[in-house]
Amino acid sequence: MHIYLPIAELSIDVLLLFGLGFGVGLLSGVFGVGGGFLLTPLLIFIGVPPPVAVGTAANQMIASSVSGMVAQLRRGNVDIKMGLVLLAGGLVGSWIGVWLFGLLARLGQIDLVIQLSYVVFLGSIGSLMGVEASRAILRKQSGRPAPPRRLHEHTWFHRLPFKARFRRSRLYISALLPLGLGLLVGVIASILGAGGGFFTLPAMIYLLGMPTSVVVGTSLFQITFVAANVTFLQAVTNQSVDVVLALILLVGGVIGAQIGSRWAMRLPGEQLRGLLAALVLGVAIKLAWDLIARPDDLYSIVAVVPQ
Amino acid sequence: MRHAAAMASALLALFALGGRGDAQEPLLADLSNHLIAVTTGFTGAELLLFGAIEQPGDIALVVRGPPTPMTVRRKERFVGVWVNEASVRFKDVPSFYGIAATEGFVERAPPALLRSMQFGVDNLRLIAEDRNTAEAGPFRAALVRRMKQDGLFGAGIEPVTVLADRLFRTSVWFPSNVPTGIYSVEVYFIVDGDIASAQTTPLSVSRLGIGAEVFYLAHRQAIIYGLVAILMAGSAGWLAGFIFRKG
Repeated sequence: MHIYLPIAELSIDVLLLFGLGFGVGLLSGVFGVGGGFLLTPLLIFIGVPPPVAVGTAANQMIASSVSGMVAQLRRGNVDIKMGLVLLAGGLVGSWIGVWLFGLLARLGQIDLVIQLSYVVFLGSIGSLMGVEASRAILRKQSGRPAPPRRLHEHTWFHRLPFKARFRRSRLYISALLPLGLGLLVGVIASILGAGGGFFTLPAMIYLLGMPTSVVVGTSLFQITFVAANVTFLQAVTNQSVDVVLALILLVGGVIGAQIGSRWAMRLPGEQLRGLLAALVLGVAIKLAWDLIARPDDLYSIVAVVPQ
Repeated sequence: MRHAAAMASALLALFALGGRGDAQEPLLADLSNHLIAVTTGFTGAELLLFGAIEQPGDIALVVRGPPTPMTVRRKERFVGVWVNEASVRFKDVPSFYGIAATEGFVERAPPALLRSMQFGVDNLRLIAEDRNTAEAGPFRAALVRRMKQDGLFGAGIEPVTVLADRLFRTSVWFPSNVPTGIYSVEVYFIVDGDIASAQTTPLSVSRLGIGAEVFYLAHRQAIIYGLVAILMAGSAGWLAGFIFRKG
């Protein structure tokens, strides 16, 4: 059964869209990531125009992160102060990102920037995760304990001004750090339609030195509101949010995520991380190949939107 | 079925006119529908054109969507990566273009006539801005090729069938990605290489139903639309978490 998507302006099989949402939801449930980094490229693969794919993925991201955020808030796993600082950066970042998005679209380089950024982000994160997971698996097999890790490294950025105390995270660091990280998340969310959990979680642990227990909740807290802001800005400036598409995707997505999170409990952690690394690398290689290989048609057309 | 019924009644009307003998119109034509409704279930539509002619001759049909400026970009290799480099802007490109004619019309008709009718993609007036024709040539070809791939430019000439040198009919397919707006349907009756009669009928391709409401809200009330989108996704996610926690 086909449905005509009013903003994307094309007719797509409902079951395909539902399956896409379900599949991405399943993966995000199993691996505990948002899944936006898979959803946006997949939407573009099936013919949704890149601006609509990004705007709609941000819309869908609200649904996939809000229930997690509520649950984490209830358990007290959110560092509200840290979350608000991250969010302030995120709001500024999404303004910049949406503006940049419009500019790149007018220059005809938005597809390239989306693809290149995905290749760089997914490629580096995927390799890091792959190395880390295989080390963990090897360690487990040889029976040696993990080497002790210092709480966090002290480097130049700990000498930055505007130090603030984050009680819940037991940190006394410059507020510029979470502000900058939040800003980066905002830019990425609005250009790539991905929450960036695959790099914010490691950044919060290794760069900021936050305790693992509050990392997921605080990140979800931030991304829920950043996604809402990106949705709003994309809707107002680019009219590129398709609520019909988002609705179908999120119905599939929430069901998939619930099933996935149940599977995750029965699967071993290291293998799971290795699998995610392989998946992330796979998407990166596919996108890189599309950039390097000679396209079937060197020409592309686009209707000029009157300004 | 509706098309067939509409056509039958219209043809009856034509016969009635002819029977009275007071209609000496060399060409009479009508569409099965003057409105193509793009609804939520829209997967494309077929439009039937039919009519009657007074004497033997050729029938040619040109359907054009609302003109729109379009940019054609060419990729070039830059540090190993294919990047959009040169671009040419064409003004007033028909957003849809379909043609139909009786068999052998293109071979019989003088080239000047085909050009004046803009019949066939080679005769389509596509004007490149700030470029001369030679430079724009490959871009023009690419524009036509891409529009054909998208199904918006007809791949070929659709046949027009003529019954007893009097009645004719043809159909044009509008794919699901058809742009909305006011289209023009031009019907030409050609006798001995000259246009004996011509008729232009407007055709409206409009959004209707829920999809239309969504589209107009998104474009005219963008702030409300954005807030609705946030509320919808937020409540759906929250509701799902609530249901699955209980279950």
